[in-house]
Amino acid sequence: MGSSGFSSPRSDYFPAGLRVLVVDDDPTWLKILEKMLKKCNYEGSFFFFSNCFFRNVFLFTVEKDTGFTSAVSLFVVTICNLAQEALDLLRERKDGFDLVISDVNMPDMDGFKLLELVGLEMDLPVIMMSVDGETSRVMKGVQHGACDYLLKPIRMKELRNIWQHVYRKRMQEVRDIEGHESIEELYMMRNGTEKSSDDGYLFSGGDPISGRKRKDSDIKSDSSSAKKSRLVWTVDLHQKFVKAVNQIGLDKVGPKKVRDLMGVSWITRENVASHLQKYRLYLSRLQKENEVKATGNVCLQNSTILQNESNAAAGNVKSTLPMPMTESKKALYGDVIDPPKTNTSGISFGHYLGPKSEAKIQNQYSWGPGVSLMQFKQGQNPHFQSGHMLDSVHPRPSIKEPGIQGSYGKSRSQGIEQVTQVQSHLTNSNSFGQIPCSMWGTKNHNLDQYMFDYLESSSQRNSIHGTGSSSASRLWDEEFNSFSSRGLNAINLLEESIGCSNQEFVPHVSPHLFDSLNLDCEYPCDPVEYPMMDQGLHIL
Amino acid sequence: MQKQLAKMKQSLFDQGYLDEQFIQLEDLQDDANPNFVEEVVTLYYRDSVRLVQNIEQALEKNPLDFSKLEGYMHQFKGSSSSFGAKKVKTECTQFREYCRAGNAEGCKRTFQELKKEYATLKKKLEVYFQLARQAGPVEKACRPK
Repeated sequence: MGSSGFSSPRSDYFPAGLRVLVVDDDPTWLKILEKMLKKCNYEGSFFFFSNCFFRNVFLFTVEKDTGFTSAVSLFVVTICNLAQEALDLLRERKDGFDLVISDVNMPDMDGFKLLELVGLEMDLPVIMMSVDGETSRVMKGVQHGACDYLLKPIRMKELRNIWQHVYRKRMQEVRDIEGHESIEELYMMRNGTEKSSDDGYLFSGGDPISGRKRKDSDIKSDSSSAKKSRLVWTVDLHQKFVKAVNQIGLDKVGPKKVRDLMGVSWITRENVASHLQKYRLYLSRLQKENEVKATGNVCLQNSTILQNESNAAAGNVKSTLPMPMTESKKALYGDVIDPPKTNTSGISFGHYLGPKSEAKIQNQYSWGPGVSLMQFKQGQNPHFQSGHMLDSVHPRPSIKEPGIQGSYGKSRSQGIEQVTQVQSHLTNSNSFGQIPCSMWGTKNHNLDQYMFDYLESSSQRNSIHGTGSSSASRLWDEEFNSFSSRGLNAINLLEESIGCSNQEFVPHVSPHLFDSLNLDCEYPCDPVEYPMMDQGLHIL
Repeated sequence: MQKQLAKMKQSLFDQGYLDEQFIQLEDLQDDANPNFVEEVVTLYYRDSVRLVQNIEQALEKNPLDFSKLEGYMHQFKGSSSSFGAKKVKTECTQFREYCRAGNAEGCKRTFQELKKEYATLKKKLEVYFQLARQAGPVEKACRPK
């Protein structure tokens, strides 16, 4: 059920349909957790959420006796029994999940490692589970950034509340953004440099390539109720980040410097600071690991390198690959031109890193989504490769990047081409009124699936601004054939009151989605609550 | 029939074969999965065979690799806790204690006990599930809702 092809804007959907990825090598637990999560439903009636993170989503209050209670699942579940597979899945569907629950002890990868990678790459809340509740383990989980640590056997009531971690995290990000917007403004005013670029993105939803973030005067005025989109560290953005860090030097780096160098005006110092912290943790762990094993290097295809890795199970290849790279890079940036401890790796590294290496690395890019981590890590390669080679090869940071983006972009765009048209409308609209309405036409107990599809298709982040309204409605047809019983007159009401800008879109939708079923619902919709929509254009 | 089923379940609990987690799983049963618990238990017994074999092999080595054994047992315990196999879990814990103490004899002895409990529970549950299937579609938990 949870494996639809498109990703859904995790920011827009609350609290139903949170997309959870469960990772556990024990099939018994996987089965149980899946069932438990699927069973978590809304209790009681739906509520109208006008404020707070749910700016794009609202449900209408329904009288209890209309029987709409508990029809909506809280979660959309995907299960996975291999950590590596889970990572691949997460990378493939960037932004396809809201929450990850993982066991600590897994054969192919340590749960803590997965935790770290997920935090670094996708910045998703991760909940750890284990039958072992020893304080030291729990502490380790916390240190690696776990949002929570559950002890097996897990009860359903514990699972029911895990959605709070998703929202807490978002709240923190909102606070980060909000808290520093005024400072941002000040900073910008003082420097006067970034104004024009800011204006640009205010209206178009930000730099489509570099990730998404909305910083918007409408939102500001409504800041207590608005939910801002969270900053997503896209591959591109992360590359810029890494590039900046490399330029400054890891030991001299500070969030402000990095941010300045990155030249991306709409991320805050705090965003950079937290990402930097994660990145540092990641690097230090890599370094520790590599101190133990003989490091491989950039060789992505060469099995000789892989042999250097002690856990070179096939599944580990991808995950262990970035390590030597960044580790070497770290060594490099510690200004150690002759990194003694990496000498052994340097040998194989050097041997591998011949002129062929670029070609090989380039090839990697065509591997597709599975190597996205490598891709963006490789963005750094030119830097450290050359440096590490200790000869006069100059850093050529730009080389790999187009390649990286190219193939990655491709694989992404394939996945989203279908929905670009739909969401392109919505991306420009001021309201997501349509969305929630579909949430409660709920005689259909597959509602969550449809909602999910709806939302994801409608809010798919994409930088393409097409105008295919007809194709949009076609898409709606496909997705929502069984939405026959959606009595959503409310939508029309909303449209009027809100005056949403995507009027041309809605009419296409309404006939399919809504009939004139009478629902006992009140919809105290408040037009003011329609803040600018979450562009969620985070694309890549 | 329902009464008989309830009685059997009660006795399983009283004798310490099962714990609360079993009830949790029964609560999950619904029209979509009327035999959910049975499915889980079946899956468990199927999946743990491999684990049992691994442990047995590991116990034959000399000297014993205690950390490896502890690892296996951790897995075993995790699995067993999934549906409330209480006695099996207890033996797992005991086994791990012996591992930590480096007590090879203790480990081997405990493992024999564990296998016994494991097999006994399987038989009992087989009877239980058969009864449950006969008794009616959805077996509700015996504690008051």
